[in-house]
Amino acid sequence: MTQPLIEIRSAPHVQAAKTVETIMRNVVYSLLPICAFYVFQYGISALASIAVVTGACLATERFFVGTGTQAGRLSDYSAVITGLLLALTLPPGFPLWMGAVAGIVAIALGKALFGGIGFNVFNPALVGRAFVQAAFPTAIATYTPSFLPGRFTEFIPSTLAWPLMIPADAAVWLKAKHLDALAGATPLAKWKFDGVLANADELLTSLSGHMAVGPSPLLILVCGAYLAARRFMDWRIPLAVLGSAALTAWLLFAFDPARYPNPFFMLFSGGLILGAVYMATDMATSPVTPKGMWVYGALIGLLTVVIRYYSGLPEGVMYAILIANAASPLIEKITQPVPFGRGAILGMDRVKKRASYPLNPGYISREEASAVTPKKRFLPNKPKK
Amino acid sequence: MKLVSYFRGEAFQRGVHPPSCKLTANRKIRRLPFPDRVTVPLSQHIGKVPRPIVRVGQDVVRGQPIARSDEWLSVPHHAPLSGVVEFIGLRPGMRGTWIESIVIRAHRGATQEDLWGRPRDLSQATGQDILQAIWDTGMVGLGGAAFPTHAKLSVPKQAKVHTLVVNGCECEPYLTCDHRVMVEHAADLIAGIRYAMRATGAVRAIIGVEDNKPDAVRVLRQAIADAAAAGVSEEIHVEAVPTKYPQGSEKMLIMALFGAEMPAGGLPIALGMVVSNVGTLAALGKLLPLGQGLTERVVTVTGSGVAKPGDYRVILGTPLKFVLDYAGVPAVDALDARQVILGGPMMGQAIGSLDVPITKGVSGVLVFRREDMLERESRQTYPCIKCGECVESCPMGLNPSTLGMLAAKREYDLMGEQYFLGDCFECGCCTYVCPSNIPLVQQFRVAKQILREKAA
Ligand code: SF4
Ligand code: SF4
Repeated sequence: MTQPLIEIRSAPHVQAAKTVETIMRNVVYSLLPICAFYVFQYGISALASIAVVTGACLATERFFVGTGTQAGRLSDYSAVITGLLLALTLPPGFPLWMGAVAGIVAIALGKALFGGIGFNVFNPALVGRAFVQAAFPTAIATYTPSFLPGRFTEFIPSTLAWPLMIPADAAVWLKAKHLDALAGATPLAKWKFDGVLANADELLTSLSGHMAVGPSPLLILVCGAYLAARRFMDWRIPLAVLGSAALTAWLLFAFDPARYPNPFFMLFSGGLILGAVYMATDMATSPVTPKGMWVYGALIGLLTVVIRYYSGLPEGVMYAILIANAASPLIEKITQPVPFGRGAILGMDRVKKRASYPLNPGYISREEASAVTPKKRFLPNKPKK
Repeated sequence: MKLVSYFRGEAFQRGVHPPSCKLTANRKIRRLPFPDRVTVPLSQHIGKVPRPIVRVGQDVVRGQPIARSDEWLSVPHHAPLSGVVEFIGLRPGMRGTWIESIVIRAHRGATQEDLWGRPRDLSQATGQDILQAIWDTGMVGLGGAAFPTHAKLSVPKQAKVHTLVVNGCECEPYLTCDHRVMVEHAADLIAGIRYAMRATGAVRAIIGVEDNKPDAVRVLRQAIADAAAAGVSEEIHVEAVPTKYPQGSEKMLIMALFGAEMPAGGLPIALGMVVSNVGTLAALGKLLPLGQGLTERVVTVTGSGVAKPGDYRVILGTPLKFVLDYAGVPAVDALDARQVILGGPMMGQAIGSLDVPITKGVSGVLVFRREDMLERESRQTYPCIKCGECVESCPMGLNPSTLGMLAAKREYDLMGEQYFLGDCFECGCCTYVCPSNIPLVQQFRVAKQILREKAA
């Protein structure tokens, strides 16, 4: 008789539905509304920028996966996330060829170099962004205002710069449109260099066109909440980042309100929300331990505020996250969870108070039992729920 | 979810909620017919392997001892069938190796009643006598661990036991044999609990049942009330505990009932407790007064590949093929690849041959069709993406992510020394949740084995 063919695998024989692909796909889904709003703000230049940067990331990923030097697959969507995030951090009128460079660097240096998905030490999108910030300091600091008339028909001139050419000056172009060049400054730059604070509604929704604000923080928070609710993202890290940033900013504000802006401005200006929700939570570059996540997030929040206040740069989220990325293995090492039953040994005993039964019955022999608990026997038998 | 249970202080932290798939929860236990031949492996439990005390060609009656050992940590085996000993030698075992077994061919027309037994009156027996009687039944933990029951119930001199914890959680998906036993054999269970309490000197017994089995809770409470009315004086409680895998592990159950963490590396006895499984105690309650041996057990046969899933009373040594034939596993498409698992889906053992027999520790037989396996097979394995899912699901509070990475680097010593590999009890939660499809538990099993060999 032919034996049926039987497969042998090791336990467990069932598995939860969540896979790397589903996680990454859902992150991409949650980024789509943010991208759509970004395009709505800045028109076709933003669309072209997103497309080119993401395309560059995918092509680079394709190349490295194809050569076998990198783990993972193209279909795992992680390169799409990198591309979208990178595009969202660049100014809308960023020359496309520079965007492509950023995408290539992000995947090649930020990810493939370390061995691909899961092995990268730094957030790839931020590696790409840091590279272009160093390479093209003028272009990356040139913002144009949102909601320009004609943004869906006309590219921002700098977008279409030829490779290796200096892009057209946006200020000239803005003047031609009868707009103040300074309208293109980000709220943070405005605060840092001109001492002007943006309004709350402006910061939250990015809906009025006075300033070059990035993607709407409220929208990002909503999308992040979706991810966290479906457990595709850890809720601790954004909370820790925002909490510690708010706390630090608030302390400084309380110390000298004239010199430091209010914590609300700190939280909702610049890339802090995007960084907290989407960049800091990148799984591979953040600690795995729950306690570590708190520490890591708090570190990012603190560093962001410190860099914003005390360095020459208006924005500090990127460097804060990169530094925390580097510290993440160390954080993980010192925040290992306490194993079950070792709390007492490590001096952190966890005994739950509200248990159904006392650990010791209060009597130790049966003779005593009949003496002490004559009526309690069998009844009420714990109907308590 | 986790947050809520943490603040409400229920159960243990972490753990997972696999779909329960208890297809057979409402079906009565049925008896599987007797096969023509049974194969009784000599090594069915933890401890010393007993030696055969019958010869080839000898007639045996059902219930008669056929193997025993004088070692403490060992129990006798009894003939599951009336018949003739046909062969004593190597036969395929469940872990793939061949192990020494006794093959008995049934006598045609034998009634297969339990003919052998030494009924005794245990009403005045001391704890020692009861332990001896338990040893005589050949009882081992029927929940799967197969640890000799008399050894589990005997209390060392210096220790004192006040509580018998009866484990009726059955947290493994698919399995329902303990559930059915609680519903259908509640009186036997109460009797068994009383014997065990006398053997250990416990003053109270608490039956922990997962709250997805409200009928079992109800039936047991009724049975206890009936027993009380009949003059039984022991203190027995039934407690519904939250449904969560692995609630059925000793440590987690004690956590749920008493809110106490069992110290790592310790036994429940350190807290004055002894834990036993409901199936074991129900079988004891039935066998002890009759003085009979363990010759059969209840096995859940289920899974998508089974046409007639159910809980079957199967005599020990029945070949798996016979069980599956009867339960309606379509054997016609013999080349159809499928997976057969002994035990539950989280911790069970996949087997490679249908010739292996049902032994004392087999609580379930799961058969999955090829179609069901496709999705899992198509999953790609990625490097660890450090999502932290495993850390948040490990009931022992380990860091499977780091452990897995160390295992890949073969840093076994580091795993044992700094990352508490020894605390892992291979529950499989980490592998269950891992989105990267990394076989973490398997790596841990290998690592533990290597460490054990190093230590030896
Ligand atoms: S198998 Fe081990 S490491 Fe994995 S969840 Fe269970 S106890 Fe933790
Ligand atoms: S669940 Fe898997 S991928 Fe996630 S941290 Fe654990 S080992 Fe890594």
